[in-house]
Amino acid sequence: MSSWDWQVFCKETTSGDVAPSCFGSGGDITYLDWLLSAWGWTLSVSVLALLVALLLGSLMGILRTTPHRGLVLLGNAWTELFRNIPLLVQIFLWYHVVPALIPPLRDVPSFVLVVMGLGLFTSARISEQVRAGIQSLAGGQRMAGLAMGFTLPQTYRHVLLPMAYRIIIPPLTSESMNIIKNSSVAFAVSISELTLFALQAQEETSRGVEVYLAVSGLYFISAFAINRAALFIENRVRVPGMIGGGGH
Amino acid sequence: MIRRTALAASIALTALSLPVFAQDSGTLKKIKDSGTATMGVRESSGGLSFTIGDGKFVGFHVELCQRALADVQKQLGLAKLDIKYQPVTSQNRIPLMQNGTVDIECGSTTNNAGRQKDVSFAVTTFVEEVRIAVKANSGITSIGQLNGKNVATTTGTTSVQHLRKHERGTGVNFNEVFGKDHADSFLLLESGRADAFVMDGQILAGNIAKSKNPADFKIVGEVLSVEPIAIMVRKDDPAFKKAVDNSLAAMMKSGEMAKIYDKWFMQPIPPTNTRIGLPASEATKAAWANPNDKPMEDYAKK
Repeated sequence: MSSWDWQVFCKETTSGDVAPSCFGSGGDITYLDWLLSAWGWTLSVSVLALLVALLLGSLMGILRTTPHRGLVLLGNAWTELFRNIPLLVQIFLWYHVVPALIPPLRDVPSFVLVVMGLGLFTSARISEQVRAGIQSLAGGQRMAGLAMGFTLPQTYRHVLLPMAYRIIIPPLTSESMNIIKNSSVAFAVSISELTLFALQAQEETSRGVEVYLAVSGLYFISAFAINRAALFIENRVRVPGMIGGGGH
Repeated sequence: MIRRTALAASIALTALSLPVFAQDSGTLKKIKDSGTATMGVRESSGGLSFTIGDGKFVGFHVELCQRALADVQKQLGLAKLDIKYQPVTSQNRIPLMQNGTVDIECGSTTNNAGRQKDVSFAVTTFVEEVRIAVKANSGITSIGQLNGKNVATTTGTTSVQHLRKHERGTGVNFNEVFGKDHADSFLLLESGRADAFVMDGQILAGNIAKSKNPADFKIVGEVLSVEPIAIMVRKDDPAFKKAVDNSLAAMMKSGEMAKIYDKWFMQPIPPTNTRIGLPASEATKAAWANPNDKPMEDYAKK
């Protein structure tokens, strides 16, 4: 284990020859090409799943704070359903079980299924955070909005949500970073992302330490980039005097 | 000058005393001192090495290792040898062998030149042929017909590479689908997400035997690659390798090996009492006739 062999990434994946430029040419790919494409898959799955999760999670979180019992029930059921089943099991349900029950879904690419699976799982967690954010506001805020003549949606749009979202930026950041890490389950349904690359490349090259170090590094960079972006947003939208606003 | 002569002398001395010394070092010494040996086993490697639950591990290679260790026990004159079973995966089997967690690995490890840099292999006991399993009613009989089809294989196995090589060599273009383990890959074939499953013949045969309707599947087409599967031991431990090799070679010579093979591959095996039904291939029989530890690369040259 003492000797490193980073040349392994320049090897061509079929013949095992070292490519001079470290990148393959003419249809051949090196492990470096493959690593970068795997990173691309990880980021695509994560970003799209994050969009799905933010949209549906916000919607369900908001429903759970409305005065309508039916909507609250819907939001609660959604949240409990998706957060009480392990992520990997959910992915398998989407991949193997649901298409068996609904045949047209068989033709949906596994990429879409895993984006939906990961997105819905995370939406349950975001729904919980959005609900907590809204409920942390003083009850008078909602009444004040309604008393001003705003409709309920207007009260949410102009009074409650702008404050609630500012409060929950830190947990949302964690959730966004989690989604990058959770995207590794996509390997189980044949998405050629970083974890699948690591499992396969270390078997083919017998250089597990180098492969896992590179993959860990890319996961770290991806999650950390999200962290920095969220910090930037947090600072830009900060309102002095609010919780976490830090102003005077 | 004096120092250099002394060094040369000590090297020569070490070399001279090595055969005697080796007997009391390495794995043999470890087994003798502790009275235990740790066997690396697999949870699910076809008939070679698998679990029947309750922390019990069985299979063709597991039985061979048990017999080899019994011979080692005799050789060391131990009254009692305690065998511990340590499940390993394709990812951790080599590191666990190197750091001494397992003393002998009895799974389904391909003996290839790359791995020989890190570990040693006992004489080849099983020669695996990579084959294609399809649904019996699919009409597919050779790899050429897989053009444009979905082909399943398992993540973290060497079969993917063979497939890729073959793909380039023949111009046949297919989509690779990866199962996370063999059971998962077989499910891909069963559910129709994949049209073929490319994997070691004995794993295909085992999965087909365990399926709901074994008659629905068949193994077809050319042999994609030939791989010697062997019991793995630590590198640079010739005394232990020799003890294991001698024990295995004796079983090959006496015909015991063929009997044990028959027990695991032709007779009903636990836990479900199904038959794998895979007779020993010509390549496997050849390996028994001439015990050797040649890596996979030597097979490819033929």
